[in-house]
Amino acid sequence: MTPPFHAARKTELFGFLVLAAFVLLVLPGVVDPFRLNLVGKYLTYAFVAVGLVLCWGSAGILSLGQGIFFGLGGYCMAMFLKLEASTPEATKIQSTPGIPDFMDWNQLTALPAFWEPFHSLAFTIVAIVAVPAALAFVIGFAMFTRRVGGVYFAIITQAIAAILTILIIGQQGYTGGVNGITDLRTLLGWDIRTDSAKTILYFVNAFLLLGVIALSIAVRSSKLGRILVALRDKEDRVRFSGYDVAAFKIFVFCFAAAISGIGGAMFTLQVGFMSPSFVGIVPSIEMVIFCAVGGRNSLIGAVYGTLLVNWGKTTFSESFPELWLFAMGGLFIAVVMAFPNGLAGIYKSYVQPLFARIVVRPAHRRRPVGGGKTTPAIAE
Amino acid sequence: MKTNDKGGAPRSMLRRKLMIGSAALALGLAAAGVGHAQTPPTGEVNTTGLAVTDDVVKVGILHSITGTMAISETGSVQAEKLAIKQINDMGGVLGRKIEFIQEDGASDWPTFAEKAKKLLVEDKVAAVFGCWTSASRKAVLPVFEQYNGMLYYPTFYEGLEQSPNVIYTGQEATQQIIAGLDWVAKEKGAKTFYLLGSDYIWPRTSNKIARKHIEDHLGLKVVGEEYYPLGHTQFNSVINKIKLKKPDVIYAIVVGGSNVAFYKQLKAAGIDMTKEKPLVMTISVTEDEIRGIGGENIEGAYATMKYFQSLDNDNNKKFVAAFKNMWGEDMVIGDVTQAAYEGPWLWKAAVEKAGSFDIDKIKEASPGIELTTAPEGYVRIHENHHLWSKTRVGHAKSDGQYEVVYETKELMEPDPFPEGYQ
Repeated sequence: MTPPFHAARKTELFGFLVLAAFVLLVLPGVVDPFRLNLVGKYLTYAFVAVGLVLCWGSAGILSLGQGIFFGLGGYCMAMFLKLEASTPEATKIQSTPGIPDFMDWNQLTALPAFWEPFHSLAFTIVAIVAVPAALAFVIGFAMFTRRVGGVYFAIITQAIAAILTILIIGQQGYTGGVNGITDLRTLLGWDIRTDSAKTILYFVNAFLLLGVIALSIAVRSSKLGRILVALRDKEDRVRFSGYDVAAFKIFVFCFAAAISGIGGAMFTLQVGFMSPSFVGIVPSIEMVIFCAVGGRNSLIGAVYGTLLVNWGKTTFSESFPELWLFAMGGLFIAVVMAFPNGLAGIYKSYVQPLFARIVVRPAHRRRPVGGGKTTPAIAE
Repeated sequence: MKTNDKGGAPRSMLRRKLMIGSAALALGLAAAGVGHAQTPPTGEVNTTGLAVTDDVVKVGILHSITGTMAISETGSVQAEKLAIKQINDMGGVLGRKIEFIQEDGASDWPTFAEKAKKLLVEDKVAAVFGCWTSASRKAVLPVFEQYNGMLYYPTFYEGLEQSPNVIYTGQEATQQIIAGLDWVAKEKGAKTFYLLGSDYIWPRTSNKIARKHIEDHLGLKVVGEEYYPLGHTQFNSVINKIKLKKPDVIYAIVVGGSNVAFYKQLKAAGIDMTKEKPLVMTISVTEDEIRGIGGENIEGAYATMKYFQSLDNDNNKKFVAAFKNMWGEDMVIGDVTQAAYEGPWLWKAAVEKAGSFDIDKIKEASPGIELTTAPEGYVRIHENHHLWSKTRVGHAKSDGQYEVVYETKELMEPDPFPEGYQ
């Protein structure tokens, strides 16, 4: 069904290098700082999309609640930055100086205990990965050991996303409510709002993303990765072979969550605030769309898919402020109808064979790989 | 209706041609000795690289035209476009026609921040008219302060903010609340109040101010205070509590779609608002919201605002006629729409006073600027960048309009950080 293993690996490596060159050299070279910052924001969503490729593409676990983990990572970072911005001098106009402004508006007079550890950057960095992963572990443990999967799992993740949004909005004294945590200024005294800081953050973000993709490639090409594919295609057979299916599922779900958390933290750093509009159902589904447009089996494709969708969103909405949603809808329908395997599918079915025909001897003609009937069943 | 402003490249080219055409016409008239003011050279009025040329100045309009907030923000967009058109018909600002670039905040706060940055950094607009919810304003505020832009924000809001880069053309909470409570205590003899609202910062802060005023200044009693999530539609339990506690006044700050459910259920539960037992007072229902609620469902309630469409003065009659002429006869105009309309005019006055489009000069020139042509009457910009304006009480009629039953004699001073109310 797929090309021989080492060939696929070679393609992936080639794709990885092209992506690295694109993100690190081409984009910074041709895009102005304002647009580069936007691209940086899009790339933070790519963390989620990469996680979804592992979770959904490889292991067949469709989560419609990845926004939860993106949001948790983002909120951890935002809490740290907000505490740094809320010095007693900067907030002396408040009734209780030294606490974040929204707490003061909500009549809190002391910093809640769970905010205290976020004074420490080290704790925050650990929390960005650990909090999403821990929640994913709880959800995964509760679901997968009971063999809840497929559409039921998707619905439950969606419900959790809704619950978390309501919780954040409802507890506005502790979370900033609908407004979110805004007006973040510095990271250890370093002003993150300047153009140079934004450019540096872009590169940090890009390197982190490439690192995460490299790690994901390693996971996928390991024995573990093959077991994941096996349990996507025939879960019972893997279970009967003596593997603990739940453990593998929990692992990949936690891994995807941790990655998403990193994306969320980078988002907060680059955009300068975090709000519940990134936690709920709509953003979670949007993130699945990024992944689907890129091709849910391709780690590299997911990044391009994220970039394409978000770039389209920005461009359409700038040019046709009243009609842009229709254009986006049209794009999704077109991709799903015409190219069910997304951008990666287009590359595999059309570009790669063409490439092969030109570069390799013309006589060496093979059936196009990955196209046509080999479409894996969509995880229901 | 919405015909000539859809954006898009070909149209904006056309628009530009029209602009150039009309500018040429204006110049022709000036040359013919009609008495057009001399246009100052661009180098003098724009020293910071804003999008100002010899005959055009670009501004931004940033509201949600898609998503859940679109229904509320559309009126503001229409009012801003009307003001811009009228200013252009009068010859523009410092001899330059205003061209607007519209962006869609899509009811999503990060999108607002992104678009605000785009307007300031890429388009270099001289001013932005926009935002509606507090959340969107909080999201764009750091952008405006960092890139030194000018935002004209139209919505009545909770206060607790004062930025040099924002002119708040709506009223802050004390301007909306205090005079209304004084009126209801004095004229209606109200003694007990039941506060309720949607659960976010504006209703909570407003009710905090209301409670302080009721308890500390009027010496009256609050018998209940409750909040419901945005979009909540089941108000039967609170209505039962209200029936038990029998307050004189239900003080309701319910927002958005929840209003429809709240007023219908109130009526269904047998509370006849026209009997005023209890009396219903709100600060969150303008003529725009009544369209959704239905005039017959809210008839008899009182609202405190600074503007009602029914205001009887010449400025307002002209404004209402021009608005309906541009956007359709069946349009209604609420408080925020009127405040949005003031934005471009206040900006024009500031630019002309400063003799420059430079943001820093506008900031400095803004305090003290008066607008005698405002539909609400006379307004003036305070040192704290909010407006001096009157508070008015309206009585809802079944046709969806308010009848003005009271207005403060003096302009109310804006006080975004009210002492004794925090």
